[in-house]
Amino acid sequence: MKRWLPPIVIVVVLLGLWQLAASLDVIANALNIEPFLVPSPSEIAQSLWADRSLLLDNGWVTLQEVLAGFALSVVAGVAFAVVLHLSPMLRRAFYPLLIASQTVPIVVIAPILVVWLGFGIGPKLVIIALICFFPITVNTLDGLRSVDPDLLKMMRTLDASRMQTFRRVEGPSALPYFFSGAKIAVAVAVIGAVFGEWAGSSSGLGHLIQQASAQLQTARTFAAVVVLSALAIVLFGLLAVIERRVAWWGPRSTRTP
Amino acid sequence: MRTTSEAPIAEPQSVNRSAGAEQRGARSSPRSGDATTPVAGVEVDGLGHSFGELEVIERVDLRVQPGEVLGVVGPSGCGKSTLLELISGLREPTAGEISVHGEVDSAARLQSCAYMPQRDLLLPWLSAIDNAALALRNRGASRSASRREAHPLFERFGLAGFERTRPAELSGGMRQRIAFLRTLLAGKPVLLLDEPFASLDAITRAEMQEWLAEALAAESRTVILVSHDVEEALYLSDRVIVFGPRPTRAVGELAAPAPRARPRTEIVTSAEFTAARERALEALSRRPR
Repeated sequence: MKRWLPPIVIVVVLLGLWQLAASLDVIANALNIEPFLVPSPSEIAQSLWADRSLLLDNGWVTLQEVLAGFALSVVAGVAFAVVLHLSPMLRRAFYPLLIASQTVPIVVIAPILVVWLGFGIGPKLVIIALICFFPITVNTLDGLRSVDPDLLKMMRTLDASRMQTFRRVEGPSALPYFFSGAKIAVAVAVIGAVFGEWAGSSSGLGHLIQQASAQLQTARTFAAVVVLSALAIVLFGLLAVIERRVAWWGPRSTRTP
Repeated sequence: MRTTSEAPIAEPQSVNRSAGAEQRGARSSPRSGDATTPVAGVEVDGLGHSFGELEVIERVDLRVQPGEVLGVVGPSGCGKSTLLELISGLREPTAGEISVHGEVDSAARLQSCAYMPQRDLLLPWLSAIDNAALALRNRGASRSASRREAHPLFERFGLAGFERTRPAELSGGMRQRIAFLRTLLAGKPVLLLDEPFASLDAITRAEMQEWLAEALAAESRTVILVSHDVEEALYLSDRVIVFGPRPTRAVGELAAPAPRARPRTEIVTSAEFTAARERALEALSRRPR
């Protein structure tokens, strides 16, 4: 319980200050805007309750996009990392391309993807996968390559084939690294979903945010952001729990005596 | 610090050679012998090795009889570990020839040699018994079959009850024992032990030496044991070769004075043992001109 106290205190203090500032119109006056444009935490909470079915429906849409896009990039990212690990030639050939894929500005490519793939889930999956792919591939590849060379020697003297060495030593060694990449990926996947929905969609939290802010419904906008954040935190926490169960030995533990 | 190859520094191949072999023969006969593992000799002729410009091994010639335990001592950095990697077939020498069980090819040597590195290198995600049985699994045995095969060795070597323990929960000495069992269970006729107890504290080390002496007495394997500790090598081996500093060549050779299986303290304090240790230390300290 002690572990949770500091973040709770910080959040409560910040919310309290915000509540105070909003209800005294401090922010609105400072920015020289109408007070109704600055929602207080209590108004956001009211919106969370009042718009719950709206937030739930659109949240569900976004969650599906995030999960599908994330799953896609896990499969593709791990497969790609394994292929690059097993073939030094392919690694040299593809590594620059892998980095280049990260420099593609998502905001620019999202509308093009909508033109190509339509208003359905297609362009969202591609955008999320594009964002998630990089941290997963790079981390997994790093994990596979950082295996203690003495372990590989040992496996050779124990009659291991290339595949056995991969399965018994390299794979397990890379698992904690994969999880670090996956945790980063799942957090940014939520941003990817919002970008995808902004570029063109008729539902989802990103779509809701776009509509609400266009109609100056700032409380609803913030409520949608709260749901988005909660989504990312829950997914991240879920992955951390899975990591502890599946890869409990943690990184670098092969070196501790 | 560069050694010259002229003028042989000691009489490497002559001293006590035949005496050592005889003594060993007398000692190895009561060993219980594992029928499934054939015994094999190791022959090293004119071995030299360089890493690029750096000459590590100048010239090494060795004859290890089947079932013999050969100790190799030398200053750190003299290429002892490299020698074991070369013999095991993990590396190709830049000069000379190595034959294990009559096989010269490095892939064939890899088939006959089990190499125990300095660090235990246990896989943290496997239990003690699965670590020990790694070679069996690699050769296609099922998990349960490999555990069944490894189990008797846990009993025999004082590890009963620790089969399911994770390496992280084991002490340094225990981990080293598991690593030795893993080497043993590879089922190779030749064991190459690279400073197996270098990472342990003095007390655990002495215990482990006694333990290993018993284990080696019970297994008829050909063993090359590398160490920087003269006492350890003399206690555990039938015969000890002393290496000079890099680039390595043998600077002395002596027969170990007493059979290994007696209590360690009794042996290492005997006059015979002390004399042998002094001879070895003297050979080690000889500076090449």
